[in-house]
Formats: sequence, structure tokens, C-alpha cells
Amino acid sequence: MSELPRARELGMMGCHVCRLVTAYTDDPKARCPRCHSPLHVRKHASLARSWALLITAAIFYIPANAFPIMRTQSLFDKDDNTILSGIVELWRAGSPDLAVIVFTASIVVPVLKFLILGYLLVSVQRASEWGARRRAKLYRFVELVGYWSMLDVFVVAILSALVHFKVLSRVEPLPGVVYFGMVVVFTMLAAMSFDPRLIWDKRKSR
Amino acid sequence: MDKAPSLIVCEHCDTVYRRQPLARGEVARCAVCDAVLERHQWLGVDAQFALVLTGLIVFVIANVSPIVSLSLSGMTADTTLWGAVIAMWNDGAQIVAVLTALTLFFFPLAQILMHGWVLWFARSGLRAPGFRQAMSALVRVKPWSMIEVFMLGVLVSVVKAHTYFDVVPGPGIWAFGVLTVLVTVFASHDPRNLWDVTREIRT
Repeated sequence: MSELPRARELGMMGCHVCRLVTAYTDDPKARCPRCHSPLHVRKHASLARSWALLITAAIFYIPANAFPIMRTQSLFDKDDNTILSGIVELWRAGSPDLAVIVFTASIVVPVLKFLILGYLLVSVQRASEWGARRRAKLYRFVELVGYWSMLDVFVVAILSALVHFKVLSRVEPLPGVVYFGMVVVFTMLAAMSFDPRLIWDKRKSR
Repeated sequence: MDKAPSLIVCEHCDTVYRRQPLARGEVARCAVCDAVLERHQWLGVDAQFALVLTGLIVFVIANVSPIVSLSLSGMTADTTLWGAVIAMWNDGAQIVAVLTALTLFFFPLAQILMHGWVLWFARSGLRAPGFRQAMSALVRVKPWSMIEVFMLGVLVSVVKAHTYFDVVPGPGIWAFGVLTVLVTVFASHDPRNLWDVTREIRT
């Protein structure tokens, strides 16, 4: 596998935006001759930015789960739901299959993203050679599933607009949902800042 | 700077390949990291334009018609996508309101309009005015457009509300369903190929 030529070794680089292949340049202000997007061999400060965004997301994830995301109010009672209690309720009263989907989107996916991205960052920093191909696949998985965590945010938005029967029955968003939306944005940005080519770059020997 | 249009670099591991013509249904994958290099473009420019136009019409329907309506002891309530955005804004979740408006309205709309604009010119083999900006914006906006997720969110909301109310699906829900299908078709299509099939307008 390792005999296949890589762009950097051949003195070439590919444009991120339009994919044109051009001669290598280390000019930081270089732009693609075809689409004029900035050219760079590797994403700028990829590891530092990715870590910063990932840690921010992880911090926001605590209030996102601890605070309730919505309030269901009817004539006689008031019920604040967190992400997890919403899932339990959906399992009991609605349909278990949707509860599984919501659980996957709002709990499993973000946690997996923290773990996988953290693992990728550490393994790149330690110049690990193990399972590069598998790590490359993990990265693409993280990129693919990231935005599905918006699911519960949209559910709260729809229900708040829909259930508006004055005093009889109301659904209102609570702060947890704001934190949760931020978690999704920050994890997506963290995944975008990571440069998967580093997985193949930092190996100690050839 | 030297250009090499016959080469393609894997975006995920930097391996260089010579581009091969692909047959229908074929996908070129990187031999090193297994990422997709290129897919066969099975829709012609005209067909893509027709789909974008369909997308625009369906998008309008999805945004003006109610998604679902509820009834509770004689009262009914329904909502559109914008109803949801406004409700979040008024209830103190402005950040979420902005996020929802961007990912479900502005980004998808921008995608449809820019794609339609470049395709309209690409039908005669030309690069539209602002082609360069539109093409790079299309690549950047793509991950932030979340129609598919919203569709699933609507389904979950319907089931949740169904416990307490009578839920009637509105025309908006079908429009969003069709949009989800169109988005999926487009996701298998790389707009960057338009660089290869178009040329600069000579003035």
C-alpha cells in the first residue's frame, strides 16, 4: 500500500474546494488558480483547533443533559423533561423504536463523537501507526453522523410551536436545548477542523 | 502554477490517482484509506436542473403549508417551519431559533438557488457569472443543511404529541418528505464535476 504516491511527496497539492491538482507551494497566501479558494497542504493548526472545539463541546454537553430541554404544561401539572427523561417517556407512552432512534441521535452519537475524535487526536499526536485505515473510516463515520444530533432540538422546536393551547396545554423550550444545539455545532466544527491526512502523515517510519 | 486536471488527490489521505472514466453505478475508491474519490455522475446537467427546479417548488410548498395540526377538545393548532422558528425565538431560545432558521431554511434555500444558477448556465456548457463563488459556497454550505434530520424530528414530534392530542399530518409533511428524497439524490452527486464540463464565458 505504501508505494502509492502521495501528493505532498510528489510536490503537488489538491484544492479542497474544487479538487484541481496543482504544483506544491508553501506560500500561505496561495490561492487555487481555478476557484480562488485558499490553498494549504494541511488544514491550519488542525490539532489545536480540533481539540479546542471538542473540549468546548464536551463542557457544553454537561448542562445540555443536566438541564431540562422542554416544559410540558397542562391545566393541572407541569412537567420538565431532560433529554433522557424525554426518551424514557417516548419508550413508555409512544413507540420504543422511536425512543431508540432519539437515544441514538442525542446520546450515542455525541458521546461516540467525543470518544472517536479524542482518540483520533491522541493517536495522531502520538504518531501511532496502528490501524490507520480503520481510523480513517472512523473519521468518515464521525463526519457522516454528526448532524443527526440536531434531532431533539428540532423536536422541541416543533412541539413548542404546535402545542400552544393558552392555559390548557403548552410546550416551552428550556435552556438545555440551547446548550444541546451548541454541542452539535461545536462537534461538527471540531470534526471539520480535523485533517484526516494527519493520520497518514505522522507515522514514525516509512 | 502547473495544473494537472487528469489527476485526483484523495481528500482523506493525500494519495494521488489518475482519473479513470467511470461506468454507470461505479464508484472510485482510494486504495489506501477506502474513501470515495469520485462517483459516476448518472444525471446529465439537464436532469440535474430539472431536479433543482422541482426542489425549489417543493421547498416553497414545504415552507408555506402546515406540517401538522393538533386538536384538543374542539380547538385546533397547526404550525409551519417558520412557526417553529418564531416559537423558539419568543420562548427565550433565540440561539436555537437562529440555528433552526439557518439549517432548515437559509442554507437549503441558498443551496437550491446557487445550484440552479450554475446549472442554468452549465446547460449550454458555460460558467455562470459568480460561478467560482457559487461553487465554493455550495461545498461549504452542504454539511449545514439538515432537511433529513428535520423530517425525522417531525415524525418523533407527531408520535410524542399523539399521546395527548389528535394529530393530523398537513401537506407540509409530504413536501418535506419529497425534499428529503431530493436531498438524498443530490448527496450522491458531486457538484464539483461542473468544473470539468463547463468553460469560461468569453467576452
